[in-house]
Amino acid sequence: MTAALRPDLAIIAANVAPGSRALDIGCGDGALMVALRDERQVDARGLELDARDVSSAVARGLSVVQGDADTDLASYPDRSFDYAILSQTLQTTRRPDAVMAHLLRIGRHAFVSFPNFAYWRVRLSLLWGGRMPVTRSLPAAWYETPNIHHLSIDDFRAFVRERGIIVEGAWFLAGGSLTSAAAANVRADHAVFLLRTGSDEGDH
Amino acid sequence: MSEDQRYGLARHAILPGPLALDGGGTLAPVEIAYETYGTLDARGSNAILICHALTGDQHVASAHPITGKPGWWTRMVGPGKPIDPARHFIVCANVIGSCMGSSGPASTDPATGEPFAMHFPVITIRDMVRAQAMLLDHLGVAVLKAVVGGSMGGMQALQWAASYPERVRAALVIASAARHSAQNIAFHEVGRQAIMADPHWRGGDYYGGRPAPAAGLAVARMAAHITYLSEAGLTEKFGRRLQARPDNQDGAKSFGFDADFQVESYLRHQGISFVDRFDANSYLYITRAMDYFDIAEEHGGLLAFAFRRTPTRFCLISFDTDWLYPTRESRMIVQALNAAGARASFVELSSPYGHDAFLLDMPEMNRVADGFLRANGA
Repeated sequence: MTAALRPDLAIIAANVAPGSRALDIGCGDGALMVALRDERQVDARGLELDARDVSSAVARGLSVVQGDADTDLASYPDRSFDYAILSQTLQTTRRPDAVMAHLLRIGRHAFVSFPNFAYWRVRLSLLWGGRMPVTRSLPAAWYETPNIHHLSIDDFRAFVRERGIIVEGAWFLAGGSLTSAAAANVRADHAVFLLRTGSDEGDH
Repeated sequence: MSEDQRYGLARHAILPGPLALDGGGTLAPVEIAYETYGTLDARGSNAILICHALTGDQHVASAHPITGKPGWWTRMVGPGKPIDPARHFIVCANVIGSCMGSSGPASTDPATGEPFAMHFPVITIRDMVRAQAMLLDHLGVAVLKAVVGGSMGGMQALQWAASYPERVRAALVIASAARHSAQNIAFHEVGRQAIMADPHWRGGDYYGGRPAPAAGLAVARMAAHITYLSEAGLTEKFGRRLQARPDNQDGAKSFGFDADFQVESYLRHQGISFVDRFDANSYLYITRAMDYFDIAEEHGGLLAFAFRRTPTRFCLISFDTDWLYPTRESRMIVQALNAAGARASFVELSSPYGHDAFLLDMPEMNRVADGFLRANGA
Protein backbone atom coordinates (compact mmCIF):
# COMPACT_ATOMS: atom_id res chain seq x y z
CA MET A 1 0.00 0.00 0.00
CA THR A 2 2.77 2.39 0.98
CA ALA A 3 4.46 1.57 -2.30
CA ALA A 4 1.60 3.18 -4.15
CA LEU A 5 1.84 6.36 -2.11
CA ARG A 6 3.28 9.54 -3.54
CA PRO A 7 7.00 9.51 -2.61
CA ASP A 8 6.79 12.33 -0.05
CA LEU A 9 3.79 10.63 1.59
CA ALA A 10 5.64 7.31 1.71
CA ILE A 11 8.48 9.01 3.59
CA ILE A 12 6.03 10.52 6.06
CA ALA A 13 4.17 7.22 6.51
CA ALA A 14 7.43 5.40 7.19
CA ASN A 15 8.51 7.89 9.84
CA VAL A 16 5.35 8.36 11.90
CA ALA A 17 5.48 6.49 15.20
CA PRO A 18 3.04 3.55 15.33
CA GLY A 19 -0.05 4.11 17.46
CA SER A 20 0.29 7.88 17.47
CA ARG A 21 -2.28 10.59 16.66
CA ALA A 22 -1.91 12.55 13.43
CA LEU A 23 -3.71 15.43 11.75
CA ASP A 24 -3.28 15.49 7.96
CA ILE A 25 -3.89 19.04 6.75
CA GLY A 26 -4.77 19.04 3.07
CA CYS A 27 -5.34 15.30 3.19
CA GLY A 28 -6.90 14.97 -0.27
CA ASP A 29 -8.87 11.76 -0.57
CA GLY A 30 -7.08 10.33 2.47
CA ALA A 31 -4.39 8.16 0.82
CA LEU A 32 -1.83 8.89 3.54
CA MET A 33 -4.42 8.54 6.30
CA VAL A 34 -5.37 5.08 5.07
CA ALA A 35 -1.72 4.01 5.09
CA LEU A 36 -1.20 5.44 8.57
CA ARG A 37 -4.35 3.77 9.88
CA ASP A 38 -3.85 0.37 8.27
CA GLU A 39 -0.08 -0.02 8.56
CA ARG A 40 0.88 1.97 11.63
CA GLN A 41 -2.35 1.92 13.69
CA VAL A 42 -2.37 5.71 13.75
CA ASP A 43 -5.46 7.60 14.91
CA ALA A 44 -5.54 9.90 11.89
CA ARG A 45 -7.79 12.90 11.27
CA GLY A 46 -7.89 15.06 8.17
CA LEU A 47 -8.68 18.55 6.92
CA GLU A 48 -9.37 19.10 3.23
CA LEU A 49 -10.75 21.98 1.20
CA ASP A 50 -12.24 20.06 -1.73
CA ALA A 51 -15.73 18.63 -1.06
CA ARG A 52 -15.33 15.68 -3.44
CA ASP A 53 -12.06 14.66 -1.80
CA VAL A 54 -13.69 14.97 1.63
CA SER A 55 -16.59 12.77 0.51
CA SER A 56 -14.17 10.18 -0.85
CA ALA A 57 -12.18 10.20 2.37
CA VAL A 58 -15.27 9.86 4.59
CA ALA A 59 -16.55 7.13 2.29
CA ARG A 60 -13.29 5.27 3.10
CA GLY A 61 -14.20 5.44 6.77
CA LEU A 62 -11.84 8.29 7.61
CA SER A 63 -12.55 11.25 9.89
CA VAL A 64 -12.09 14.24 7.62
CA VAL A 65 -13.42 17.76 8.01
CA GLN A 66 -13.98 20.06 5.07
CA GLY A 67 -12.07 23.23 5.80
CA ASP A 68 -9.33 25.62 4.86
CA ALA A 69 -5.82 25.49 6.34
CA ASP A 70 -5.77 29.29 6.26
CA THR A 71 -8.88 29.73 8.39
CA ASP A 72 -9.90 26.52 10.14
CA LEU A 73 -6.88 25.45 12.18
CA ALA A 74 -7.62 27.76 15.10
CA SER A 75 -10.21 25.40 16.64
CA TYR A 76 -7.67 22.59 17.15
CA PRO A 77 -6.20 22.74 20.66
CA ASP A 78 -2.48 23.03 21.37
CA ARG A 79 -0.56 19.73 21.31
CA SER A 80 -3.72 17.80 20.43
CA PHE A 81 -1.83 15.59 17.96
CA ASP A 82 1.54 13.85 17.96
CA TYR A 83 1.99 14.88 14.33
CA ALA A 84 0.54 17.66 12.22
CA ILE A 85 1.16 16.90 8.56
CA LEU A 86 1.15 19.39 5.71
CA SER A 87 2.04 17.72 2.43
CA GLN A 88 2.39 19.84 -0.72
CA THR A 89 -0.05 22.36 0.68
CA LEU A 90 2.19 25.03 2.25
CA GLN A 91 2.81 26.74 -1.09
CA THR A 92 -0.95 26.98 -1.75
CA THR A 93 -1.85 28.82 1.45
CA ARG A 94 -2.40 32.56 1.69
CA ARG A 95 -0.31 32.87 4.86
CA PRO A 96 2.24 30.04 4.99
CA ASP A 97 3.86 31.55 8.09
CA ALA A 98 0.57 31.53 10.03
CA VAL A 99 -0.22 27.99 8.87
CA MET A 100 3.26 26.88 10.00
CA ALA A 101 2.66 28.45 13.42
CA HIS A 102 -0.60 26.49 13.76
CA LEU A 103 1.09 23.31 12.61
CA LEU A 104 3.77 23.55 15.28
CA ARG A 105 1.16 24.51 17.89
CA ILE A 106 -1.27 21.65 17.16
CA GLY A 107 1.31 18.92 16.66
CA ARG A 108 4.17 17.93 18.94
CA HIS A 109 5.93 17.26 15.65
CA ALA A 110 5.19 18.55 12.18
CA PHE A 111 5.83 17.01 8.78
CA VAL A 112 6.01 19.50 5.91
CA SER A 113 6.59 18.57 2.29
CA PHE A 114 6.76 20.98 -0.63
CA PRO A 115 8.01 21.26 -4.21
CA ASN A 116 11.39 22.98 -4.47
CA PHE A 117 11.24 26.05 -6.71
CA ALA A 118 15.05 26.17 -6.92
CA TYR A 119 15.25 22.71 -8.54
CA TRP A 120 17.64 22.89 -11.49
CA ARG A 121 15.00 22.20 -14.14
CA VAL A 122 12.91 25.02 -12.73
CA ARG A 123 15.92 27.31 -12.78
CA LEU A 124 16.73 26.42 -16.36
CA SER A 125 13.19 26.97 -17.47
CA LEU A 126 13.17 30.47 -16.03
CA LEU A 127 16.78 31.29 -16.91
CA TRP A 128 16.86 30.08 -20.52
CA GLY A 129 13.20 29.97 -21.42
CA GLY A 130 12.27 33.17 -19.65
CA ARG A 131 8.96 31.55 -18.80
CA MET A 132 7.41 30.44 -15.52
CA PRO A 133 8.35 26.77 -15.27
CA VAL A 134 5.96 23.96 -16.06
CA THR A 135 7.64 20.75 -14.86
CA ARG A 136 6.58 17.36 -13.56
CA SER A 137 6.44 18.63 -10.00
CA LEU A 138 5.02 22.04 -10.98
CA PRO A 139 2.67 20.93 -13.73
CA ALA A 140 0.29 23.89 -13.97
CA ALA A 141 0.71 27.10 -15.95
CA TRP A 142 1.10 30.34 -14.01
CA TYR A 143 -2.57 31.31 -14.39
CA GLU A 144 -4.03 28.05 -13.12
CA THR A 145 -1.53 26.85 -10.54
CA PRO A 146 -2.80 26.53 -6.97
CA ASN A 147 0.74 27.41 -5.84
CA ILE A 148 0.76 31.04 -4.77
CA HIS A 149 3.78 31.08 -2.47
CA HIS A 150 6.68 29.38 -4.24
CA LEU A 151 9.64 28.55 -2.05
CA SER A 152 12.98 26.82 -2.29
CA ILE A 153 14.57 24.39 0.13
CA ASP A 154 17.00 27.10 1.22
CA ASP A 155 14.10 29.51 1.77
CA PHE A 156 12.51 26.95 4.07
CA ARG A 157 15.78 26.26 5.88
CA ALA A 158 16.14 29.99 6.55
CA PHE A 159 12.50 30.22 7.64
CA VAL A 160 12.85 27.53 10.31
CA ARG A 161 16.24 28.82 11.43
CA GLU A 162 14.90 32.36 11.95
CA ARG A 163 12.07 31.00 14.09
CA GLY A 164 14.16 28.64 16.18
CA ILE A 165 12.24 25.66 14.83
CA ILE A 166 14.12 22.40 15.33
CA VAL A 167 14.65 20.18 12.29
CA GLU A 168 14.36 16.55 13.44
CA GLY A 169 14.62 15.06 9.99
CA ALA A 170 14.88 16.05 6.34
CA TRP A 171 14.45 14.03 3.17
CA PHE A 172 15.07 15.23 -0.38
CA LEU A 173 13.59 13.73 -3.51
CA ALA A 174 14.63 13.88 -7.14
CA GLY A 175 12.36 12.12 -9.59
CA GLY A 176 10.80 10.14 -6.78
CA SER A 177 14.10 8.86 -5.33
CA LEU A 178 15.99 10.05 -2.28
CA THR A 179 18.91 12.33 -2.91
CA SER A 180 21.52 13.74 -0.55
CA ALA A 181 21.13 16.86 1.51
CA ALA A 182 24.20 18.32 -0.13
CA ALA A 183 23.15 20.61 -2.97
CA ALA A 184 19.54 19.55 -2.39
CA ASN A 185 18.44 23.09 -3.16
CA VAL A 186 19.54 22.47 -6.76
CA ARG A 187 19.18 18.73 -7.14
CA ALA A 188 15.90 17.95 -5.30
CA ASP A 189 12.45 18.60 -6.75
CA HIS A 190 10.74 17.90 -3.43
CA ALA A 191 11.63 18.13 0.25
CA VAL A 192 10.13 16.61 3.40
CA PHE A 193 10.95 18.10 6.79
CA LEU A 194 10.17 16.75 10.25
CA LEU A 195 10.06 19.64 12.70
CA ARG A 196 9.24 20.57 16.21
CA THR A 197 8.97 23.86 17.94
CA GLY A 198 12.08 24.97 19.82
CA SER A 199 10.20 26.64 22.65
CA ASP A 200 9.33 23.67 24.84
CA GLU A 201 11.97 21.04 25.21
CA GLY A 202 11.36 17.48 26.21
CA ASP A 203 7.58 17.26 26.29
CA HIS A 204 7.54 14.24 24.08
CA MET B 1 -36.80 -12.77 17.27
CA SER B 2 -39.21 -11.96 14.42
CA GLU B 3 -41.93 -13.45 16.64
CA ASP B 4 -41.31 -10.69 19.17
CA GLN B 5 -44.29 -8.36 19.17
CA ARG B 6 -42.05 -5.46 20.07
CA TYR B 7 -40.51 -5.53 16.60
CA GLY B 8 -42.02 -4.67 13.23
CA LEU B 9 -44.14 -2.07 11.49
CA ALA B 10 -46.72 0.19 13.13
CA ARG B 11 -45.74 -0.69 16.71
CA HIS B 12 -47.04 1.11 19.76
CA ALA B 13 -45.58 0.93 23.26
CA ILE B 14 -47.09 2.25 26.45
CA LEU B 15 -44.17 2.73 28.82
CA PRO B 16 -44.95 3.34 32.49
CA GLY B 17 -42.55 6.22 32.88
CA PRO B 18 -42.52 8.60 34.58
CA LEU B 19 -40.52 10.67 32.12
CA ALA B 20 -38.98 13.64 33.94
CA LEU B 21 -39.19 16.69 31.70
CA ASP B 22 -36.87 19.68 31.32
CA GLY B 23 -39.83 21.96 32.05
CA GLY B 24 -40.16 20.46 35.53
CA GLY B 25 -43.16 18.16 35.13
CA THR B 26 -43.40 14.50 34.34
CA LEU B 27 -45.17 12.43 31.74
CA ALA B 28 -46.66 9.05 32.67
CA PRO B 29 -47.42 6.83 30.98
CA VAL B 30 -45.36 7.54 27.86
CA GLU B 31 -46.86 6.33 24.62
CA ILE B 32 -44.50 5.84 21.71
CA ALA B 33 -45.45 4.85 18.18
CA TYR B 34 -42.53 3.40 16.28
CA GLU B 35 -41.36 1.00 13.60
CA THR B 36 -38.43 -1.37 13.41
CA TYR B 37 -36.85 -2.95 10.35
CA GLY B 38 -34.30 -5.73 10.30
CA THR B 39 -33.07 -7.87 13.18
CA LEU B 40 -31.02 -7.02 16.23
CA ASP B 41 -27.88 -9.17 16.03
CA ALA B 42 -26.80 -11.44 18.87
CA ARG B 43 -24.27 -8.93 20.14
CA GLY B 44 -26.79 -6.10 19.97
CA SER B 45 -24.30 -4.14 17.89
CA ASN B 46 -26.22 -3.24 14.73
CA ALA B 47 -28.97 -0.92 15.98
CA ILE B 48 -29.48 2.39 14.20
CA LEU B 49 -31.94 4.96 15.51
CA ILE B 50 -33.38 7.32 12.92
CA CYS B 51 -34.75 10.60 14.24
CA HIS B 52 -37.36 12.43 12.22
CA ALA B 53 -37.82 16.11 11.49
CA LEU B 54 -40.51 18.55 12.69
CA THR B 55 -43.43 17.15 10.73
CA GLY B 56 -41.95 13.71 10.15
CA ASP B 57 -43.03 10.43 11.67
CA GLN B 58 -42.03 6.86 12.34
CA HIS B 59 -42.84 5.74 8.78
CA VAL B 60 -39.28 6.21 7.55
CA ALA B 61 -39.42 3.35 5.07
CA SER B 62 -43.04 2.25 5.04
CA ALA B 63 -46.15 3.82 3.52
CA HIS B 64 -47.78 6.65 5.45
CA PRO B 65 -51.14 5.45 6.83
CA ILE B 66 -53.00 8.66 5.89
CA THR B 67 -51.38 9.82 2.67
CA GLY B 68 -50.36 6.39 1.37
CA LYS B 69 -47.06 7.92 0.24
CA PRO B 70 -43.88 5.85 0.58
CA GLY B 71 -41.69 6.33 3.66
CA TRP B 72 -40.08 9.74 3.98
CA TRP B 73 -36.47 8.51 3.72
CA THR B 74 -36.53 5.53 1.38
CA ARG B 75 -33.55 7.06 -0.41
CA MET B 76 -31.44 6.47 2.73
CA VAL B 77 -33.18 3.50 4.31
CA GLY B 78 -33.92 0.23 2.56
CA PRO B 79 -32.36 -2.69 0.71
CA GLY B 80 -28.99 -1.69 -0.75
CA LYS B 81 -29.15 1.73 0.93
CA PRO B 82 -26.66 3.09 3.50
CA ILE B 83 -29.10 2.04 6.24
CA ASP B 84 -30.17 -1.44 5.25
CA PRO B 85 -32.53 -3.79 7.12
CA ALA B 86 -30.42 -6.69 5.84
CA ARG B 87 -27.50 -5.43 7.95
CA HIS B 88 -29.03 -3.13 10.54
CA PHE B 89 -31.70 -3.19 13.19
CA ILE B 90 -33.44 0.09 12.40
CA VAL B 91 -35.67 1.95 14.83
CA CYS B 92 -37.67 5.08 14.06
CA ALA B 93 -40.04 6.50 16.67
CA ASN B 94 -42.56 9.30 16.52
CA VAL B 95 -41.30 12.07 18.85
CA ILE B 96 -43.32 12.90 21.93
CA GLY B 97 -45.41 16.01 21.32
CA SER B 98 -46.25 14.79 17.84
CA CYS B 99 -49.53 13.37 16.55
CA MET B 100 -48.75 10.04 14.91
CA GLY B 101 -49.36 7.86 17.96
CA SER B 102 -46.82 9.06 20.52
CA SER B 103 -47.87 11.07 23.55
CA GLY B 104 -48.84 14.57 22.48
CA PRO B 105 -51.46 17.26 22.95
CA ALA B 106 -54.10 15.13 21.22
CA SER B 107 -53.48 12.22 23.64
CA THR B 108 -55.83 11.59 26.52
CA ASP B 109 -54.83 13.19 29.80
CA PRO B 110 -55.13 10.37 32.36
CA ALA B 111 -56.02 12.98 35.01
CA THR B 112 -59.15 14.16 33.21
CA GLY B 113 -59.96 11.57 30.59
CA GLU B 114 -60.00 14.43 28.05
CA PRO B 115 -57.39 15.32 25.43
CA PHE B 116 -54.43 17.16 26.93
CA ALA B 117 -54.67 20.02 24.42
CA MET B 118 -52.65 22.89 25.93
CA HIS B 119 -52.37 21.05 29.25
CA PHE B 120 -49.76 18.84 27.61
CA PRO B 121 -46.41 19.79 29.15
CA VAL B 122 -44.04 21.87 27.04
CA ILE B 123 -41.27 19.50 25.98
CA THR B 124 -37.72 19.88 24.69
CA ILE B 125 -35.51 18.06 22.22
CA ARG B 126 -33.79 16.45 25.22
CA ASP B 127 -37.17 15.21 26.49
CA MET B 128 -37.79 13.62 23.09
CA VAL B 129 -34.42 11.90 23.35
CA ARG B 130 -35.11 10.70 26.89
CA ALA B 131 -38.34 9.12 25.65
CA GLN B 132 -36.43 7.42 22.82
CA ALA B 133 -33.92 6.09 25.35
CA MET B 134 -36.82 4.58 27.32
CA LEU B 135 -38.08 2.96 24.13
CA LEU B 136 -34.64 1.50 23.39
CA ASP B 137 -34.55 0.06 26.92
CA HIS B 138 -37.92 -1.53 26.15
CA LEU B 139 -36.57 -2.92 22.87
CA GLY B 140 -33.45 -4.34 24.51
CA VAL B 141 -31.08 -2.01 22.66
CA ALA B 142 -28.25 -1.01 25.00
CA VAL B 143 -25.94 0.66 22.50
CA LEU B 144 -26.62 2.34 19.18
CA LYS B 145 -24.31 1.66 16.29
CA ALA B 146 -25.49 5.04 15.07
CA VAL B 147 -28.09 7.70 15.58
CA VAL B 148 -29.02 9.44 12.35
CA GLY B 149 -31.17 12.44 11.58
CA GLY B 150 -31.72 15.46 9.37
CA SER B 151 -32.97 18.87 10.49
CA MET B 152 -34.72 18.39 13.88
CA GLY B 153 -33.64 14.76 13.61
CA GLY B 154 -30.05 15.97 13.55
CA MET B 155 -30.69 17.97 16.71
CA GLN B 156 -31.86 14.79 18.40
CA ALA B 157 -28.78 12.94 17.15
CA LEU B 158 -26.53 15.64 18.65
CA GLN B 159 -28.52 15.55 21.89
CA TRP B 160 -28.22 11.77 21.99
CA ALA B 161 -24.43 12.05 21.77
CA ALA B 162 -24.37 14.76 24.44
CA SER B 163 -26.78 13.02 26.83
CA TYR B 164 -25.80 9.37 26.36
CA PRO B 165 -22.24 9.31 24.98
CA GLU B 166 -21.71 5.71 26.09
CA ARG B 167 -24.80 4.56 24.22
CA VAL B 168 -23.92 6.16 20.87
CA ARG B 169 -21.07 4.82 18.74
CA ALA B 170 -21.69 7.26 15.88
CA ALA B 171 -23.87 10.27 15.14
CA LEU B 172 -24.78 11.34 11.61
CA VAL B 173 -26.17 14.87 11.66
CA ILE B 174 -27.51 16.27 8.39
CA ALA B 175 -28.67 19.81 7.60
CA SER B 176 -28.97 20.65 11.26
CA ALA B 177 -27.75 22.93 14.05
CA ALA B 178 -26.77 22.83 17.72
CA ARG B 179 -29.16 25.68 18.54
CA HIS B 180 -32.00 27.62 17.04
CA SER B 181 -31.01 31.04 15.72
CA ALA B 182 -33.09 34.20 16.08
CA GLN B 183 -34.20 33.77 12.48
CA ASN B 184 -35.24 30.15 13.11
CA ILE B 185 -37.26 31.22 16.14
CA ALA B 186 -38.78 34.12 14.21
CA PHE B 187 -40.12 31.89 11.43
CA HIS B 188 -41.56 29.48 13.97
CA GLU B 189 -43.26 32.32 15.81
CA VAL B 190 -44.97 33.36 12.55
CA GLY B 191 -46.31 29.82 12.25
CA ARG B 192 -47.51 29.64 15.82
CA GLN B 193 -49.23 33.02 15.61
CA ALA B 194 -50.97 31.94 12.41
CA ILE B 195 -52.39 28.92 14.25
CA MET B 196 -53.37 30.88 17.34
CA ALA B 197 -55.02 33.59 15.23
CA ASP B 198 -57.35 31.03 13.67
CA PRO B 199 -60.71 31.31 15.51
CA HIS B 200 -61.03 27.53 15.39
CA TRP B 201 -57.94 27.17 17.56
CA ARG B 202 -59.92 28.13 20.73
CA GLY B 203 -56.92 28.05 23.03
CA GLY B 204 -56.05 24.61 21.71
CA ASP B 205 -59.41 23.14 22.71
CA TYR B 206 -60.74 21.94 19.36
CA TYR B 207 -60.70 18.15 19.74
CA GLY B 208 -63.83 15.99 19.87
CA GLY B 209 -65.36 16.78 16.50
CA ARG B 210 -64.93 20.54 16.44
CA PRO B 211 -63.34 22.10 13.35
CA ALA B 212 -59.56 22.23 13.65
CA PRO B 213 -57.62 25.46 13.02
CA ALA B 214 -56.84 24.28 9.50
CA ALA B 215 -56.45 27.72 7.94
CA GLY B 216 -53.92 28.79 10.57
CA LEU B 217 -51.97 25.55 10.34
CA ALA B 218 -51.92 25.78 6.53
CA VAL B 219 -50.45 29.29 6.70
CA ALA B 220 -47.87 28.07 9.22
CA ARG B 221 -46.90 25.30 6.82
CA MET B 222 -46.73 27.67 3.85
CA ALA B 223 -44.36 30.03 5.68
CA ALA B 224 -42.21 27.13 6.89
CA HIS B 225 -42.15 25.50 3.47
CA ILE B 226 -40.49 28.59 1.99
CA THR B 227 -37.64 28.14 4.45
CA TYR B 228 -37.12 24.55 3.26
CA LEU B 229 -36.40 25.65 -0.31
CA SER B 230 -33.76 27.88 -1.84
CA GLU B 231 -34.54 31.02 -3.81
CA ALA B 232 -32.79 29.50 -6.82
CA GLY B 233 -34.85 26.33 -6.41
CA LEU B 234 -38.11 28.29 -6.30
CA THR B 235 -37.06 30.33 -9.31
CA GLU B 236 -36.12 27.23 -11.26
CA LYS B 237 -39.34 25.43 -10.37
CA PHE B 238 -41.81 28.30 -10.73
CA GLY B 239 -40.17 31.54 -11.80
CA ARG B 240 -42.93 34.09 -12.37
CA ARG B 241 -44.98 31.58 -14.32
CA LEU B 242 -48.74 31.82 -14.04
CA GLN B 243 -51.01 28.99 -12.99
CA ALA B 244 -52.98 27.31 -15.80
CA ARG B 245 -56.75 27.95 -15.69
CA PRO B 246 -59.66 26.03 -17.19
CA ASP B 247 -60.14 28.84 -19.73
CA ASN B 248 -56.48 29.64 -20.31
CA GLN B 249 -53.70 27.07 -20.40
CA ASP B 250 -51.04 29.72 -20.01
CA GLY B 251 -52.73 31.33 -17.03
CA ALA B 252 -53.57 34.98 -16.63
CA LYS B 253 -53.44 37.67 -14.01
CA SER B 254 -56.86 37.76 -12.38
CA PHE B 255 -56.48 41.29 -11.04
CA GLY B 256 -57.78 39.74 -7.88
CA PHE B 257 -56.37 37.49 -5.21
CA ASP B 258 -56.62 34.04 -6.69
CA ALA B 259 -53.45 31.98 -6.84
CA ASP B 260 -52.34 33.54 -10.11
CA PHE B 261 -48.73 32.46 -9.80
CA GLN B 262 -47.68 28.84 -9.81
CA VAL B 263 -45.69 29.38 -6.64
CA GLU B 264 -48.83 30.57 -4.84
CA SER B 265 -50.79 27.57 -6.01
CA TYR B 266 -47.97 25.28 -4.92
CA LEU B 267 -47.75 26.77 -1.45
CA ARG B 268 -51.53 26.64 -0.98
CA HIS B 269 -51.44 22.99 -1.94
CA GLN B 270 -48.62 22.35 0.55
CA GLY B 271 -50.62 24.07 3.28
CA ILE B 272 -53.93 22.32 2.56
CA SER B 273 -52.47 18.83 2.22
CA PHE B 274 -50.51 19.29 5.46
CA VAL B 275 -53.58 19.89 7.64
CA ASP B 276 -54.95 16.46 6.70
CA ARG B 277 -52.03 14.75 8.38
CA PHE B 278 -50.88 17.02 11.18
CA ASP B 279 -52.29 18.40 14.42
CA ALA B 280 -52.01 22.16 14.97
CA ASN B 281 -51.25 21.84 18.68
CA SER B 282 -48.45 19.38 17.94
CA TYR B 283 -47.03 21.98 15.58
CA LEU B 284 -46.99 24.48 18.46
CA TYR B 285 -45.29 22.06 20.86
CA ILE B 286 -42.63 20.77 18.49
CA THR B 287 -41.66 24.19 17.13
CA ARG B 288 -41.35 25.32 20.75
CA ALA B 289 -39.07 22.40 21.54
CA MET B 290 -36.85 23.34 18.59
CA ASP B 291 -36.74 27.00 19.61
CA TYR B 292 -35.60 26.04 23.11
CA PHE B 293 -32.83 23.87 21.66
CA ASP B 294 -29.30 25.07 22.47
CA ILE B 295 -26.92 22.29 23.51
CA ALA B 296 -24.22 24.74 24.60
CA GLU B 297 -26.60 26.39 27.07
CA GLU B 298 -26.51 23.45 29.45
CA HIS B 299 -22.69 23.42 29.25
CA GLY B 300 -21.87 26.96 30.30
CA GLY B 301 -22.34 28.28 26.78
CA LEU B 302 -19.43 26.26 25.41
CA LEU B 303 -20.52 23.65 22.89
CA ALA B 304 -17.17 21.84 23.12
CA PHE B 305 -17.94 20.99 26.76
CA ALA B 306 -21.01 19.05 25.62
CA PHE B 307 -18.72 16.63 23.81
CA ARG B 308 -15.67 16.57 26.07
CA ARG B 309 -14.02 13.14 26.02
CA THR B 310 -16.82 11.84 23.85
CA PRO B 311 -16.28 8.32 22.47
CA THR B 312 -18.81 8.98 19.68
CA ARG B 313 -17.75 9.40 16.06
CA PHE B 314 -19.52 12.27 14.31
CA CYS B 315 -20.31 13.06 10.72
CA LEU B 316 -21.97 16.32 9.75
CA ILE B 317 -23.33 17.17 6.34
CA SER B 318 -24.65 20.55 5.25
CA PHE B 319 -25.98 21.85 1.94
CA ASP B 320 -24.68 24.99 0.29
CA THR B 321 -28.16 26.40 -0.47
CA ASP B 322 -29.67 25.58 2.95
CA TRP B 323 -30.37 28.95 4.57
CA LEU B 324 -32.51 27.49 7.36
CA TYR B 325 -29.60 25.61 8.95
CA PRO B 326 -26.71 27.02 6.94
CA THR B 327 -23.23 25.53 6.68
CA ARG B 328 -21.86 27.89 9.32
CA GLU B 329 -24.05 26.15 11.93
CA SER B 330 -22.53 22.77 11.06
CA ARG B 331 -19.07 24.31 10.98
CA MET B 332 -19.61 25.69 14.47
CA ILE B 333 -20.42 22.18 15.69
CA VAL B 334 -17.34 20.79 13.94
CA GLN B 335 -15.11 23.40 15.56
CA ALA B 336 -16.51 22.43 18.95
CA LEU B 337 -15.91 18.75 18.17
CA ASN B 338 -12.34 19.52 17.09
CA ALA B 339 -11.77 21.44 20.28
CA ALA B 340 -13.16 18.48 22.21
CA GLY B 341 -10.82 16.12 20.36
CA ALA B 342 -13.75 14.16 18.92
CA ARG B 343 -13.49 12.06 15.79
CA ALA B 344 -15.47 14.23 13.42
CA SER B 345 -16.13 14.44 9.72
CA PHE B 346 -17.86 17.27 7.93
CA VAL B 347 -18.68 18.06 4.34
CA GLU B 348 -20.76 20.74 2.67
CA LEU B 349 -22.51 19.23 -0.33
CA SER B 350 -23.82 21.15 -3.29
CA SER B 351 -27.51 21.05 -4.10
CA PRO B 352 -29.90 23.57 -5.62
CA TYR B 353 -32.74 22.46 -3.34
CA GLY B 354 -32.00 24.18 -0.02
CA HIS B 355 -32.80 22.58 3.31
CA ASP B 356 -35.01 19.89 1.77
CA ALA B 357 -31.98 18.43 -0.03
CA PHE B 358 -31.45 15.90 2.75
CA LEU B 359 -34.75 14.22 1.82
CA LEU B 360 -34.00 14.14 -1.90
CA ASP B 361 -31.93 11.94 -4.16
CA MET B 362 -28.36 12.92 -3.23
CA PRO B 363 -25.88 10.22 -4.29
CA GLU B 364 -22.99 12.09 -2.66
CA MET B 365 -24.84 12.23 0.67
CA ASN B 366 -25.46 8.48 0.48
CA ARG B 367 -21.80 7.84 -0.39
CA VAL B 368 -20.66 9.78 2.66
CA ALA B 369 -23.30 8.24 4.94
CA ASP B 370 -22.49 4.71 3.78
CA GLY B 371 -18.74 5.13 4.33
CA PHE B 372 -19.28 6.75 7.70
CA LEU B 373 -21.63 4.02 8.90
CA ARG B 374 -19.39 1.22 7.62
CA ALA B 375 -16.25 2.59 9.30
CA ASN B 376 -15.05 0.37 12.16
CA GLY B 377 -16.97 -2.66 11.01
CA ALA B 378 -20.46 -3.73 9.80
